[in-house]
Amino acid sequence: MDFNPLFYPESMAVIGVSLTHDRHPANVIFSKNLLRYPVRIYGVNPKGGVYMGQKIYKAISDVPERVDLAVIAVKADVVPVVLEQCIAARVGGAVIISGGFAETGRAELQRQCTSMAKRAGFPFVGPNCLGIYIPSRVDTLFLPTERIIRPEVGNVALVSQSGGVLVDQMLRFAEEDVGLSIGISIGNKAVIRETDLIDYLGRHEPTRVIVFYIEGFGENEGRRFVHAAWGCPKPVIVLKSGKSSRGALAVSSHTAALAGDYAVFSACLSQFGVIEAKSESELVAFCEALSCYQKSIIGKIAIVTGSGGHGALAVDLCSKFGLGVPGFSNELRERIRQRLSTSIRSIASLANPLDLTGSAVDDDFVEAVAELSRNEEVDCILLLLLPYLPGITADIGARLSAVYRREGKPLIAYVPHEDKYMMIIEGFELNGIPVAPSVESSILMASALKRCQVC
Amino acid sequence: MEPAAKGLLREAGMDCPDFVWARDLGQALGFATQKGFPLVAKVVSPKAMHKSDVGGVITGINSMQELRDAYSTLSRIDGFAGAIVEETVQGIELILGANIDFQFGPVVILGMGGVAVEIYNDTIIRMAPLKEKDVDSMVQGLRGRPLLEGFRGKQPVNMEVLRKAVVRFSRFVVDIQGYMESIDINPLICNSKRCVVADARIVLKKE
Repeated sequence: MDFNPLFYPESMAVIGVSLTHDRHPANVIFSKNLLRYPVRIYGVNPKGGVYMGQKIYKAISDVPERVDLAVIAVKADVVPVVLEQCIAARVGGAVIISGGFAETGRAELQRQCTSMAKRAGFPFVGPNCLGIYIPSRVDTLFLPTERIIRPEVGNVALVSQSGGVLVDQMLRFAEEDVGLSIGISIGNKAVIRETDLIDYLGRHEPTRVIVFYIEGFGENEGRRFVHAAWGCPKPVIVLKSGKSSRGALAVSSHTAALAGDYAVFSACLSQFGVIEAKSESELVAFCEALSCYQKSIIGKIAIVTGSGGHGALAVDLCSKFGLGVPGFSNELRERIRQRLSTSIRSIASLANPLDLTGSAVDDDFVEAVAELSRNEEVDCILLLLLPYLPGITADIGARLSAVYRREGKPLIAYVPHEDKYMMIIEGFELNGIPVAPSVESSILMASALKRCQVC
Repeated sequence: MEPAAKGLLREAGMDCPDFVWARDLGQALGFATQKGFPLVAKVVSPKAMHKSDVGGVITGINSMQELRDAYSTLSRIDGFAGAIVEETVQGIELILGANIDFQFGPVVILGMGGVAVEIYNDTIIRMAPLKEKDVDSMVQGLRGRPLLEGFRGKQPVNMEVLRKAVVRFSRFVVDIQGYMESIDINPLICNSKRCVVADARIVLKKE
């Protein structure tokens, strides 16, 4: 099946547009795409008429061109008929928004749609989903534009079994400046499932990181998923819900007791190099790090800080997440010392963490990071940057980013996420350096680079 | 039950200790005459899911008299259908198990075995089939790894033998996945020479 017409439509029909009810999902989708997106849009309703000044067609076959994407938002019972009409009209693919299928016990109705689509080689997303969001291309999320928070255009693809989780992650991505390449809510996944999307997104040019929110797989589907992820050239991250189910069931053997659903899920993911995020905050940190760097590290971390306390916290967290914080050689210490301002040479601690003290200025950070970037003793630099130090200026983010551009050693910054520090944060982020909102999050970012096997 | 499970595992190429399924005391004593001591005696009973829970495992049997006493003790257990009398192998107790997972199909677990396995839960799960290097990474992940590597002057476990046993077992599980629900080899006793299936149970698929 060719997913391109579905995800990159030039033309789109919204089937089920109401002539009277502005907040009907079909109407929300119709109006936002009409007003804000470049796709050519056609409304369909058996009654015909005019809506928002646009002609509404009585059937998909009346639409004056062969459309790429049909968004179906009609009652569940009517969906098979509409699907048949779309296939007959040689539509490229569909998003079925309608609920009332397997999730409400009507598995047979869903099976009918699945077999129809498979027979015709007709790809559709859903049913019971929000559909797709591609920045500045198309948006089938039936939530009014003014209500949702949209992340920047970027390179992370987000695939979610739950539409709500997709929208919520988009908000988090926007908060943390993680850019999105495509967002897909797959709902009941009657035709297009996670494994199909690994194959598609593995070849999807704008995507560099693939993220899934998964509630559960069908029989043996987890096996196919991890095999597909193993063959995928891009990092795959999974957030799983339903970790605690079935715990209380009586089981027949030691092995069955030890190999519970979630334990197996987690073990199989890691066996095949899929990065599991255990929480939403881990997920955002992993996405931000891997969207900046597709370069794996062994985990020899240099910590550069202006505060001894932050350095000590970071060392503890590195140990918790299996990252090394090697001591620097005497030669490296001396090289760094030579480059520091004379005023801090005698007070800076040249161990790892490298504590430049509260008297450090921009130049000290830049020089120390440059020296560490050229040294093989470390493979990633954590920068605990405290913007309230008097010697730090708004330029430091952009200046340190330039060091990365020149030397190529991954740099991860922690800067408290406050409005007044935004110019520092953007100095990093707009130049491709990830910035964490907490020390812990910066270490999660480093651990993502260590766990990335395809990087 | 244990004898059938061991029979199947032996067919699959696993190292099982010599044993007899004695339906009467005479058969038990005959085996002892042939093999010598020490021996272990275990109840065979369809009603005993975990034999040690019903006092159905007697280890360290060192004489004919001790064997007679053991046999008589076991014969009083509910559902008694004879006793397994088996040569004793010394070593570290591991668990090697398999389960058919709904989402991921056949999976293998390897870890520290014995009766307290669920309490310490020091086990690693992998999707079958496994390669030899998977076995190394599983052992790497065990908290009990130093015990396998020769803790406090003890002989280390023969990793070559363990690797082969786990890989062979994982292939066996893939082959019979349509017929089984789970397998416990607990303990799998490993020493510097052998990895021996000291006890095993296969739960077949219902239907």
